[in-house]
Amino acid sequence: MDRLRRRRLFDRVFHGLVFLCTFFGVAVLAVLLIDIVADGIRWIRPDFFRNFASRIPAQAGIRAALAGSVWVIALTALFAFPIGVAAAIHIEEYAPRNRLTGLVQLNIANLAGVPSIVYGILGLGVFVNVFGFGRSILSGALTLALLVLPVIIVASQEALKSVPTELRHGAYALGATRLQMITHVVLPYAFPGILTGTILAIARALGETAPLLLVGAVAFIAFVPDGVLDSYTTLPMQIYNWSGRPQADFHSLAAAGILVLLGVLLSANAAAILLRNRFQGRIKG
Amino acid sequence: MNRQANGRIGRLDGTGPADPIRRYRRLRELAVSRLFLLSALVSVLTTMGIIAILAEETIQFLREVSIVEFLFGTEWTALFKNPKFGVLPLVGGTLLIALYASVFSIPIGLGSAIYLSEYASERTRRIVKPILEILAGIPSIVYGYFALTFITPLLRPLIPGMSVFNALSAAIAVGIMTIPLVSSLSEDAMRAVPDNLREGAYALGSTRFEVATRVVVPAALSSIMASFVLAISRAVGETMIVALAAGSTPRLTLNPLESIQTMTGFIVQVASGDIVHGGTIYKTIFAVGMLLFLMTLVLNMVSRAIVRRYREEY
Repeated sequence: MDRLRRRRLFDRVFHGLVFLCTFFGVAVLAVLLIDIVADGIRWIRPDFFRNFASRIPAQAGIRAALAGSVWVIALTALFAFPIGVAAAIHIEEYAPRNRLTGLVQLNIANLAGVPSIVYGILGLGVFVNVFGFGRSILSGALTLALLVLPVIIVASQEALKSVPTELRHGAYALGATRLQMITHVVLPYAFPGILTGTILAIARALGETAPLLLVGAVAFIAFVPDGVLDSYTTLPMQIYNWSGRPQADFHSLAAAGILVLLGVLLSANAAAILLRNRFQGRIKG
Repeated sequence: MNRQANGRIGRLDGTGPADPIRRYRRLRELAVSRLFLLSALVSVLTTMGIIAILAEETIQFLREVSIVEFLFGTEWTALFKNPKFGVLPLVGGTLLIALYASVFSIPIGLGSAIYLSEYASERTRRIVKPILEILAGIPSIVYGYFALTFITPLLRPLIPGMSVFNALSAAIAVGIMTIPLVSSLSEDAMRAVPDNLREGAYALGSTRFEVATRVVVPAALSSIMASFVLAISRAVGETMIVALAAGSTPRLTLNPLESIQTMTGFIVQVASGDIVHGGTIYKTIFAVGMLLFLMTLVLNMVSRAIVRRYREEY
């Protein structure tokens, strides 16, 4: 009887312990968000979006950083989305199931685990120096495109795998070629999944700092870029720069920048979920 | 006879073998499929590009610095006047961060996984799991800010002798960021354990604690271990947190209260200055990057090997 009571006690203590572990993660998230809102909210005002970076905290803003982020991310999506989806189509719909395809798949899995700063080194060596694009928006976007490519491929593959075989057979039975089957049956069905995965991958690229440090995002830019070969800064770069300064006012500016960044990321995630639900209802419902 | 008829009919309605429309279609099919193939090759080219560019500059670097000094030297003063290129302090800093981060992320992540898989109601799980996963989606620069402006000021009054830039704060932030990696992967593995194993144990009078620790965790152990290795790999490659919060003093130490520098931290420090293309400093980025790439590659392969080798089939 005593033994039984001890075992039950163990169970209750363990229950409390694992609950605390879970609660810890949630609590840290809450503390992090509250800390950042408390630090940064007072800087969120129109001037913060209108002004360029400045030595004087009261006049500093994220205009160049925001414009740079938009440029880089738009180009990243432009490069990575078509190539990622096409690669996924090749692996899922065309490639024979053999060792070679297995190696390609393994390679993609490995790429997804390469630290982002290594992509920065690749970009520095290839895009900045060998191709001679310099420390430009183009170099940054190409680097980020390579970084998110494995994520987009894997997400697109999952979406393509979810298309029922009967639909493919149906298309073939009606005399469709493979390409017609893919463009008219498989892609429309898999599109919501592909889009969701792509948005999440692009959102990840939006928060990246490390690779851009190497391919030339500059901390102090007082103009809005108007071409792909211009130098640039991005929102995470600006946050990094402000965080690294000793003055408390710059830390608050960094917090305000983080608020904007998290706001954009949150919207992107919400958009991904909404899109998925909407399309899914229309096609499968 | 039959074939002839087919041919004629085919030509009339535009599907015959010699028909230009059909030939155009076949050509289009081929061209597009080649485009798909090319896209798939981009990922292969990326890997080859990473290896080629890292190897090329590393070889250049090793012409100036002997490989023995690089791999076994205990002094890293690359940016000083008489530079010494012993990478061990940077490797040590990286491992120190990875060690303390996993002391943090592994128990808490595993605890969360056990709670969500074995104790929590379905409703709680559905709400809490995505919330935990938000932690993994927050950019690392945000954790860097958090480590520097929240964790360090919180800990310094409590721990005497802690520097403003220190390994511990950075490691805690890295740990927090990797909790969802451990908890999500482990929880998925634990939920894949068939219920009849649990029911068997309950039927023998086990408590939940006993079911969780003696049945479910052992059954899912391969994936759980793999998630630990992945978390370590992520910590090794983590950059912005350590660049902001861990300092820039390469030194071999086990004391997490001091300022240190990791491999990634060094790369960032060099990149933040003016890099002269072709100079020795430029090449150190690639040599250190090569080491970092190889370390994470080995860890990721170990993680996959654990899953393959020790998977329990039911």
